Amino acid sequence: MAHRWGMVVDLDRCTGCEACVTACHAENNIPTVGAAEAARGRAMHWIRVERYWEGEFPEARLTFRPVLCQQCDNAPCEAVCPTYASHQTDEGLNAQVYNRCIGTRYCANACMYNVRFFNFFHPQWEKPLQLQLNPDVSLRESGVMEKCTFCVQRIRAAKLEARAEARELVDGALQPACAQACPAGALVFGDLNDPESRVARLSESPRGTRLLEEYGAEPKITYLQRQGWHEPDIQ
Amino acid sequence: MNRTSNNPLADDLVRPLFHTSVWFYGSVTVLASIVLCGAAAWGYQLWYGIGVAGINWPVFWGFYLTNFVFWIGISHAGTLISAILRLVNARWRRPVTRCAEVITVFALMIGAMFPVIHLGRPWLAFWLAPYPSAREIWPNFRSPLAWDFFAINTYLTGSLLFLLLPMIPDFALVRDRSTGLRKRIYGLLALGWQGTTKQWHRLEAGMQIMAIAIIPVAVSVHTIVSFDFSMATVPMWHSTIFGPYFVAGAIFSGIAALIIAMAALRRLLHLEAYLHPVHFENLGKLLLLMSLLWGYFVFAERLTVWYGNEHSEMAVFWATQRGEYAPLYWTMVICNFVIPLPILALRQLRTVAGTVVASFAVLIGMWLERFLIVVPSLARKPLSYTWGEYTPQPVEIILMVATFAAMILLYMLFSKFVPIISIWEMKVGNQPHPPVVTETEDELAGLWKARP
Repeated sequence: MAHRWGMVVDLDRCTGCEACVTACHAENNIPTVGAAEAARGRAMHWIRVERYWEGEFPEARLTFRPVLCQQCDNAPCEAVCPTYASHQTDEGLNAQVYNRCIGTRYCANACMYNVRFFNFFHPQWEKPLQLQLNPDVSLRESGVMEKCTFCVQRIRAAKLEARAEARELVDGALQPACAQACPAGALVFGDLNDPESRVARLSESPRGTRLLEEYGAEPKITYLQRQGWHEPDIQ
Repeated sequence: MNRTSNNPLADDLVRPLFHTSVWFYGSVTVLASIVLCGAAAWGYQLWYGIGVAGINWPVFWGFYLTNFVFWIGISHAGTLISAILRLVNARWRRPVTRCAEVITVFALMIGAMFPVIHLGRPWLAFWLAPYPSAREIWPNFRSPLAWDFFAINTYLTGSLLFLLLPMIPDFALVRDRSTGLRKRIYGLLALGWQGTTKQWHRLEAGMQIMAIAIIPVAVSVHTIVSFDFSMATVPMWHSTIFGPYFVAGAIFSGIAALIIAMAALRRLLHLEAYLHPVHFENLGKLLLLMSLLWGYFVFAERLTVWYGNEHSEMAVFWATQRGEYAPLYWTMVICNFVIPLPILALRQLRTVAGTVVASFAVLIGMWLERFLIVVPSLARKPLSYTWGEYTPQPVEIILMVATFAAMILLYMLFSKFVPIISIWEMKVGNQPHPPVVTETEDELAGLWKARP
């Protein structure tokens, strides 16, 4: 059976340290646009940690929510792309084919999670930063949309390695950069079609919800959160 | 004009083609410079990247898409109104139709440029066309942008034909009155028109077909433009009202543009004898109707959102109603409703000057309406962490100003090369027995009875 990649984000574990954000930038050659451009809303983070304040001081509470592409089964970004740059792969990934993208930015508007990022200018790396670029990941040019790929380069490498050694993929051995970097183990990645995988079991958890599920995009990321989070019993 | 003819009507209407004032050259120079500034601005954007525009994350669409919707809306002035007036055989239409149809063609050309300008990689825009290629991939027909591509191209082709067909006899007229190179050029454009009965019949039949065919095309075009928004589940975009709302708004702004163009022609080309106050009066009534219809649509849209009280939609609702976009919103309401309504409703105010004032207000209001549809929704998407804002940048403003200059420039050049009022249709209107329509009502009734 084909793989179906998914993820579980445990909000009870997330400390908001943003190691995932940094790891993602390093792994996927995501350009840093500089302070001025970032202030204009051009910063690119395939994964971001949203911070929400609840309540008023001194009862205020800070919660974190890492948001990355939800890899929807019924993805609104895919239908609206006129050139099939955004499309669903056999393994359920929302792929973005950079060479096909003409930059209508419609996909980014249709995505209710706002997890698609646009190259407003040609990305640049000041020397010697270009030396740390990941050779496994292509660079994107100006005018092209990009987004989380679930580190598809790692998925392909792991599959090739497994095939060379004539074995099945081992659950947990393959991780995207964000999950690998998470010190709290809040991000769990794996094959949802493998009922024994950790991600498949966790996504059935009664603590699980999906982000903006009411839109019917059928995201493959499950957020785990203690029920009754808002109750005063936490004090 | 090298000979005086016994045809004062044609003399009058052809005069601008043969006599050009210094003012004309001056204005063309000024307008062309502004258009060139726009071209330079686009070149600057191509060179440095689309980032020189104000769009950002999450407001990925801004001024360019606003102008796109606005200009496609303006294009609904001409062809649609002219087609309807032709079909109902409104006699007062004759001097109006061509100046209206030209607006359509030029506004469409300008409007259709904006989606290309706004692309991240505009040099690949041709990928929207289905053609066999080495990539072995067609456009995605699920995408409203692909629908747009086909709808706008169909509409542009149809409007061009609709404009060109009734121009043929007038080209022939100019051909017969000129010499040298001009005679050769207009001879080519006249497509060998000799004014035989057969040719007149074919022309009439062709125009009848085009007038009927163009109406559903025009309605569908702006519906499909609205689908660009309403197909996405973005707060206050995802609404079933958008199709008719956009079409009504398009006709609304289109009539306003037509009134302004006609008033300008009347003044500058001295066409007072042809464009009477009654034309402005009639179009003013139409504008009044559209203003009321527009107000009704806005009321229906706003009320349902407010009553439904869905939280992500309410964020957009309050941002426009009394938040950061409120000044623009209420300016829009004043321009589209509060100003035009009394002017157009009171007979004493429904003059040439009155309708022009109302029309300018409507153009401003409708531009703001397009902006308020595009931007606030994107700035208030469901996850409040991702809320953003949008400030237009110089390159976007220059390009917008340049398109207005381009519209005026194209219109001026057109009226310099083509009689802006259809001469032969005016003649037909002046004849007690029109040579084209041979059957009177009685004869038609007789024919009907005579049929087996």
